[in-house]
This record gives sequence, structure tokens and C-alpha cells, in this order.
Amino acid sequence: MAEGAAAPPLLSVEGLTLQYRTRESLVTATYRVSFEVLASDRYVILGPSGCGKSTLLKAVGGYIKPVEGSIRLNGREIARPGPDRVLVFQEFDQLLPWKTVRENVLFALTASGRLKGRAASERADEYIAKVHLTKFADSYPHQLSGGMKQRVAIARGMAMEPEILLMDEPFAALDALTRGKMQEELLQLWEDTKVTLLFVTHSIPEAVRIGNRILLLSPHPGRVRAELGSAGVDSVGPDGRTLSGRIESLLFDEAPISRESAHG
Amino acid sequence: MAEARLALRSRPDIVNTDLPEGFGVVAKPLGRWERLADNNVLRKTVLLAGLALAWQIYALWLDNPLLVPTFTDTAKAFFASLRSGELAAATFHSIALLLQGYALGLLFAALATAFAITTRIGADLLETLTSMFNPLPSIALLPLAMIWFGLGEGSIIFVLIHAVLWSVALNTHSGFKSVSPTWRMVGQNYGLSQIGYVTKILIPGALPSILTGLKIGWAFAWRTLIAAELVFGVSSSGGGLGWYIFQNKNLLEIPNVFAGLLTVIVFGLVVDNLVFRTLERRTVRRWGMQS
Repeated sequence: MAEGAAAPPLLSVEGLTLQYRTRESLVTATYRVSFEVLASDRYVILGPSGCGKSTLLKAVGGYIKPVEGSIRLNGREIARPGPDRVLVFQEFDQLLPWKTVRENVLFALTASGRLKGRAASERADEYIAKVHLTKFADSYPHQLSGGMKQRVAIARGMAMEPEILLMDEPFAALDALTRGKMQEELLQLWEDTKVTLLFVTHSIPEAVRIGNRILLLSPHPGRVRAELGSAGVDSVGPDGRTLSGRIESLLFDEAPISRESAHG
Repeated sequence: MAEARLALRSRPDIVNTDLPEGFGVVAKPLGRWERLADNNVLRKTVLLAGLALAWQIYALWLDNPLLVPTFTDTAKAFFASLRSGELAAATFHSIALLLQGYALGLLFAALATAFAITTRIGADLLETLTSMFNPLPSIALLPLAMIWFGLGEGSIIFVLIHAVLWSVALNTHSGFKSVSPTWRMVGQNYGLSQIGYVTKILIPGALPSILTGLKIGWAFAWRTLIAAELVFGVSSSGGGLGWYIFQNKNLLEIPNVFAGLLTVIVFGLVVDNLVFRTLERRTVRRWGMQS
């Protein structure tokens, strides 16, 4: 932060420890995680299952209260879920089945009080067109394929024009062909809108392709293992290894020396 | 392993440039018979006609109108009684009572579930009360109701409320509980108010269960009403369908007894097929929440 010209981060997470309660025990999901997301970043959180990445995203969404540390959006502490941070889930059932595609997008805009009437329906149609679903605007979710449902969810999120779009493995339940296509479309949408993305995945190729910045979390509980830049392709670095190769060895091979008490 | 791999014959790649044509239309419309067979109303009408025919044949073979009158005799008695106004008045009386009891039952069920979803103690209370009272036949409460509310419509409405309340509350509450957590999170994400959350997420999300509850409550209410009128009719001033059946049995007008029963059945069929089916078709089926 030496240069005064550097913009302050949009989202800053500091020393975040998250715990959740199951029927049997209190689970520590992440331990003293810190990172910063700048405006228009495509920030990917990558890690194996059990690294607390989904919990971390839900905490940014405002669904889980931190045990320790803080999450700030534009300098303001996050206290509850709100329409400035829209979540796109992995589950196909995130669309409300009793509403058509257009109504689902409209519902988000009107329920949050962001827009109403004519302006809301124009915005909804605009974003439905952006995800190429104009023909299906009056269909109900159960009439769509999995990929189309995720596109609607993305359109619904983006139509809100949130400060940050939180995506929780949105393509994980799709087949490989559809998945690749959706990644391509998401990047295209980002080109159009330059929306800030916080994207959780457990797929290394997906992280390399989607992210411009990748946060690697180690499991049980989630701690920051590394934070790397990505140019969108799996290029060979100065050490002669590909980015995905480096990520893989960071996550699975080179076990870090365990510290008894960690300092932030 | 290595030998097996070597043994694989190499084959040339196949790439088709001209795909075969002449398969006709891809989606061929179904024939008239196939479409008729798919018609729900038609299938059920044929089924009903078949049942009526079986009844007619059995009654003719039995040849004892005091035990089982024929379908045609029943139908004649039904229309004669309808024209004389006796059956119509009885039906009207029953339905008026039924609707009052049903509406009040739904109101109490709504209050009970609202209390149950807002507080944990409310949920515990509702669960305990439903497991206590749901298995208790409403008609068993009638003697008590007669002491509490006297020999009037009040007692019947009381047992009707008991018949409707628990099944509707139980189904609605379990419907609310099974609303997908993702929908709940979506609702919170877009900043719905408490009331908006209930009307826009919880109620539509639980609608399949709510409709089931409404249907069960309706059937319970009918049964309870007819039974209560049978027991009660003798001392009640106005007579409902149950009373009509009871009276005609005493007069040995068996075709009229059958006509009374037929009215209950026809009314049940009509409400189920017109009201509830239409409601389902317009909501949960259209939304793909029920096949």
C-alpha cells in the first residue's frame, strides 16, 4: 500500500475464523484466513473438499457470523445477507419453480427494491438476452436443462448489478461439455460487465481458466496456502512448471511445516 | 496386458459427410385413439360408467330392492327427491355447515402453523398436539360437544374444526419444514421482508403439502359431518344429508338412502376433480413440483 494511487480493496477479509455446528460437533471451517479482492477481479477460491471454501463464501454472503476476524465490503462490516452480494449456488433448485425465467429475474429486482415496473422488466430482459435465453423467458425452470438453469441464476445475479457476485461451484453439477461452454460464457459476460467475481471451485483447470487471482486453501481447517495470479491459460512459469502443476504440488505434495501458533 | 494391447487391430477412422435423409417427420403426432386414451376425464368417465353397470347387473341379479336397489331406481329416486326439494334442502344444509366448519378449521390451522414457524415452542406445541389429537376420531368428541355447545349447529361445527384443523396444520407445517434451504437463502439474499418471505417463498414452496392437507381435511370434514348428522339428526331441527339418509332408512325408502349416499359421493368427486385438480394443475403441476 506504499503507492497512494492504489485503489482500496473492494472486499477485504482479515484473520477470518469460521465455525459451524453440526449435530455432533463444532467444526472449524477456516482458520485466520486473510485476502483482498479488488474491483473487477475474477477471484477464485480453490481447495480440496473440507477446506471451508463454501463456508467462507457463505460468510461473505452474510449467512454465517465470523468467530474471529472481519469481512469488509467497501470498508463496511458485513452483518447480514443483502442484495449487494448476490450468491449463485451449485444447486439447480436455486430458481423458484413457481416462477418463469423472467419472473425469477424480476423477483430478485423487485423483492430487493432495486427496480420496479417497466425499468425492472427491461433490466430482466436485457440480462436474459445476455445469457441467450430470450426464447425461454416464459418457461418454468423444470422445463430447462441444468446448464440453462445455471445461466438463469447467473442472469438473476448479474441483473442485480451487485458489488460482488459470489459463485459457489456454479458449474460443478454440469457435464464436462456444458461446463466448458459455461466457463467461456461467464468470461464473455465478465468482459461485458467487468463485474467483480468471487468464485469457489475444487477444479484446478476451472480455477486457472476463470481466475485472474487464485487463493489456495489447505484443508481441515481451511488456511491460506498460497495466492497466485493467472493469465487464463495454463502457461509454463519461470521454474519450468505449468500453473496447474504448481497448484497441484502446493495443494497435495509439498506439505507445509505445521506451525503451533500461527500469526496472521 | 501388453500382449492384449498389441492384439488390438487398428481400424480406420470413419467420418460421414452425407447423413441419411428420408426419416419423415421427427415428431409424429399421435393418432386419435392414442390421444383419447390419454384423456384423463374420458378414462375416468368410462370407469364410472363401468362401475354403474356392474352395480346395475348385481342389483338385478340379487333382485332385492330392500337390500340393494338398482342403479336406475337410485337415479330415479335421486332426481325425484331433487325435484321435490327434499334432497336439495338437505344437501344445502350439509354443505353450508361443512363450509363453515372447513373455513374455521383452516383459519385455526393457519394460526397454529404461523405460531409454529415463528417460535420453537410453537413448533413443539403443534407437533405434540397433532400427535395427540390427529388420531382421535372427531365423532368421539360429539357427546362432549353436545354438552358444551348444546344440540345445535355449534356442536357439529366444533367437531368439524377438530376434523380439519390437525390434518391441515400437520401437512402445512411439515411442508414449511421441507422447503429447500437454497430457496430460503435466495429469499434472504434478495432482502425479502418477513411477510414477503412467508408469502413468496414458504407458501409456494410448501404448496404440494398444503394442498394435500386441504384435500385430507376436506375428506375428513365430509365424513365427520355425515356421521355427526346421523347421530345427531334426530334431535336437530334442520336435517342435513346424514339425517336424510337416516330418516329414509327408517321409512325403508332404500332407493332414497342410496340417493343420499350417491349425493355425498358425487359431491366428493366433483370437488376433488374440479376444485383440487384444477388448483393442482394450475400450480404445482405447472411448476413441475408434482408429476
